[in-house]
Amino acid sequence: MKHPMFLGLHAKPPKLLKRLLMLLPFIILISMYLYASHLRLTDNPHDKLLPSISSMLQAINRVAFEEDRRTGEFLLWTDTLSSLTRLLYGVSFAFFTALIISLYMGLYRGIESLLSAFVIFISMVPPLAILPILFISLGVGEIAKIALIFIGTFPILTRDIFLAVKQIPQQQIVKSLTLGASSAAIIYRIILPQILPRAINSVRLVLGGGWLFLIAAEAIASTDGLGYRIFLVRRYLAMDIIIPYVLWITLLGFCFDFLLRKLNFLLFPWSEEKNQ
Amino acid sequence: MDTNKINKIYLQDIEKCYGDKRVLDNIDLSVSTGELCALVGPSGCGKSTLLRLILGQEPPTKGNIIIEGSPVSFPDHNRGIIFQKYSLFPHLSVLENVLLGKRLSSGRWWLPWPKNNEWLDEAMAYLEQVRLSDAINKFPYELSGGMQQRVAIAQALIMKPPVLLMDEPFGALDPDTREDLQLFLLDLWETEKLTIFFITHDLEEACFVGSRLLVLSQYYSDDRGESYNVNRGGKIVADYQLESVVSSTEIKQNTNFKDFISTVREEGFEPRVRQHVRDFNLHHPDSFQTLTAEENRVHN
Repeated sequence: MKHPMFLGLHAKPPKLLKRLLMLLPFIILISMYLYASHLRLTDNPHDKLLPSISSMLQAINRVAFEEDRRTGEFLLWTDTLSSLTRLLYGVSFAFFTALIISLYMGLYRGIESLLSAFVIFISMVPPLAILPILFISLGVGEIAKIALIFIGTFPILTRDIFLAVKQIPQQQIVKSLTLGASSAAIIYRIILPQILPRAINSVRLVLGGGWLFLIAAEAIASTDGLGYRIFLVRRYLAMDIIIPYVLWITLLGFCFDFLLRKLNFLLFPWSEEKNQ
Repeated sequence: MDTNKINKIYLQDIEKCYGDKRVLDNIDLSVSTGELCALVGPSGCGKSTLLRLILGQEPPTKGNIIIEGSPVSFPDHNRGIIFQKYSLFPHLSVLENVLLGKRLSSGRWWLPWPKNNEWLDEAMAYLEQVRLSDAINKFPYELSGGMQQRVAIAQALIMKPPVLLMDEPFGALDPDTREDLQLFLLDLWETEKLTIFFITHDLEEACFVGSRLLVLSQYYSDDRGESYNVNRGGKIVADYQLESVVSSTEIKQNTNFKDFISTVREEGFEPRVRQHVRDFNLHHPDSFQTLTAEENRVHN
């Protein structure tokens, strides 16, 4: 019996074909862009909407490797640094808060009753809608931006990690008690290590949202950052900067996701195997 | 009371109801030191409920539970437990799983894994006893089901609990491994002089491992006539000393054992409950699955 290569339930693409298939959508996207850009540029060489690769490379060179005339900084790197700092603070605060709250919510029925409805309520609040409130109450400094990322990611993290805690069989808790464990020992030695892999996966999921809130906050009130730059040069229709910036953000997000997955695999080998 | 000291488990007139539904009714039981008490019963008769009560996960509606002279409140180190599944902690290696009790109960659980040699020697001694001293750095997912249960036994034993509770510990294993572990458990019980409360739904297993056989069932006929009642709690309907039968670990190969099983199955444990066993089969054809499989094997 021969398996089809590509189509159908029983298809088993060989390795090389798999690689090609993986690349295909990217190739199509890039060639469509190049073709459209070529069409517009032959029509009007000063067109700014779909810049050529070379003009984008020039723009990258300008922002990444030449000092800015006004501030004397390398724009891309300072923007990246300040954006990542905000993202890091926001997501880490959210992660640690969510971890603690969901551990206690998952293990103590009383705390679950106290907080679960509230956490669900908070998670329904559209973070961007309270952005003005944040800027008014916390000022336009760093705190408001970090708070927005926190509010956007913390409830989802809490709910997801809470579910992970709930999935731990009751038998394990009884077992730990018969091994003489205190409740603190159960939380930090039995439950926490088991939910960490899942919690890191949750972080991978909310990072996308984190970027969204970061860029939104930077677009509205900031003096640097990747989102700030994109919305600044938008005024001059500088697509040659915007497109590389967007690709850069995508690349950063992809790298974080990859690193977290690797981290999970290295730190918790038992977890990956268990899920198979 | 002196009797409480000798009796490792002492249940006094236990009754457990969930709302209107009565699950356990009038359970009186004392398990004395060194007994391997096997409790058998059909599904839904209240075996697991009784276990939860003894563990202290739930309080009984009525009655007292006394373990080694002290009343039960919550699960604690006074009884070890081995479940059918989830007995091991997936994030810990075999050695760490066995050491866990030492670490958790020492009150220094927040410290890193101790290099304490006394503990290590003790853990290694138990691991040797369960024949796993060459697998100490493996994780539970790398072990077979039988090995996992052996680690669980070592993990529970290192706490030296007065009573070891086992809830269908070999229920998820294939027949060969299961037989192997039953023999292993008997061996361990004999050498270590353990007190074990063993719960199973398999009559053959109960007869084989137990030094004492208890049957818990909600199907009993105390009066003639109306023998079934929906709201009737499980009761211990038979209590049978098996010491004369099970005296060595080679008993399973003994033809007398098979005869004994079939007698028990055909005629009940004693005249008073003979009816019970027939009713039992009638209403719960699945209850003695292994027994039927065994029977088929003999016939073929």
